[in-house]
Amino acid sequence: MAKNIAVIGDAESIKGFSAIGIDIYPCDEAEEAARLLRNVADSETYAIIYLTETVYRQTVKERSRYEERLTPAVIPLPGVTGNMGTGRERLSSFVEKAVGSDIIFNN
Amino acid sequence: MAVMNVNPTRMQLTKLKKQLVTAVRGHKMLKDKRDELMRQFLDLVRETKELREKVEAQLENCNNHFVNASAVMSKEALDASLMSPKQQLNIETTSKNVMSVEIPQFTSSARTSDSGDIFPYGFAFTSFELDDAIVSLNSVLPDLIKLAQYEKSCELMSAEIEKTRRRVNSLEHVMIPRYQETIKYISMKLEENDRSSRTRLMKVKDMLLDKEHNYSGKYGN
Repeated sequence: MAKNIAVIGDAESIKGFSAIGIDIYPCDEAEEAARLLRNVADSETYAIIYLTETVYRQTVKERSRYEERLTPAVIPLPGVTGNMGTGRERLSSFVEKAVGSDIIFNN
Repeated sequence: MAVMNVNPTRMQLTKLKKQLVTAVRGHKMLKDKRDELMRQFLDLVRETKELREKVEAQLENCNNHFVNASAVMSKEALDASLMSPKQQLNIETTSKNVMSVEIPQFTSSARTSDSGDIFPYGFAFTSFELDDAIVSLNSVLPDLIKLAQYEKSCELMSAEIEKTRRRVNSLEHVMIPRYQETIKYISMKLEENDRSSRTRLMKVKDMLLDKEHNYSGKYGN
């Protein structure tokens, strides 16, 4: 089934994505972000949901529901305010979970 | 290690021996699965790490372009030019089975066939910085989708590796030793019973012979 891509984040960071065919969901508050993520993810119309790092950190509980599922893939991206290193931390946590200690990012 | 709470009978013994064989075979197979998953996972993580660094650098570049664009255009004009997108992306999701882990494969297709057809506005009233921003964002898109696929795969694989590792450990350090101990306990118990019944028989035989021929009276004291 053909699905779309969504981006959730602050308006400044994500407005460009709408030009290339990605659905954007601007939001600036933590509660709003959590609600939006739930709605967007449960609508089953998106295969990939990108979150800006700020939103990613605000929605720990909501994200955990989609971890074991094939879609949607919830992926953090750096916003306009700069890179906070969330993506790197996330990958490193996967390595830690699988191997027991982080052997890729420790240098 | 605790011995299981079972009756020391021959039937139990055969049953446990069968279970031990199954457990050992299962342990070997799960261990192989874990090793192979781990190998693939580490390869994937290394690739993902590189891809993420690349994508983040490109996105930063895009954001710079957008900041430039918003500097020369008014916010309203900028928002208005991005408001009605021409493109619509479609993502086809298929799944691939890697060592019993389902990982997603995303293939994207745009609504319009012309890949240059990305600008949702006329060029007359917008700045060239905005064009740059859109072009650079569009060029990140394939990598962005690939990144999503890779990271989701990493996430699913790491969960599966953790599960498999727990199973391997529980078989190796709990189940198999417990079976071995119990088998040993039952066979010792059976041997003990065997010996005790043998001595009893010998004793009985002695007593019978004694009664019949009165050995103890002739030769004993």
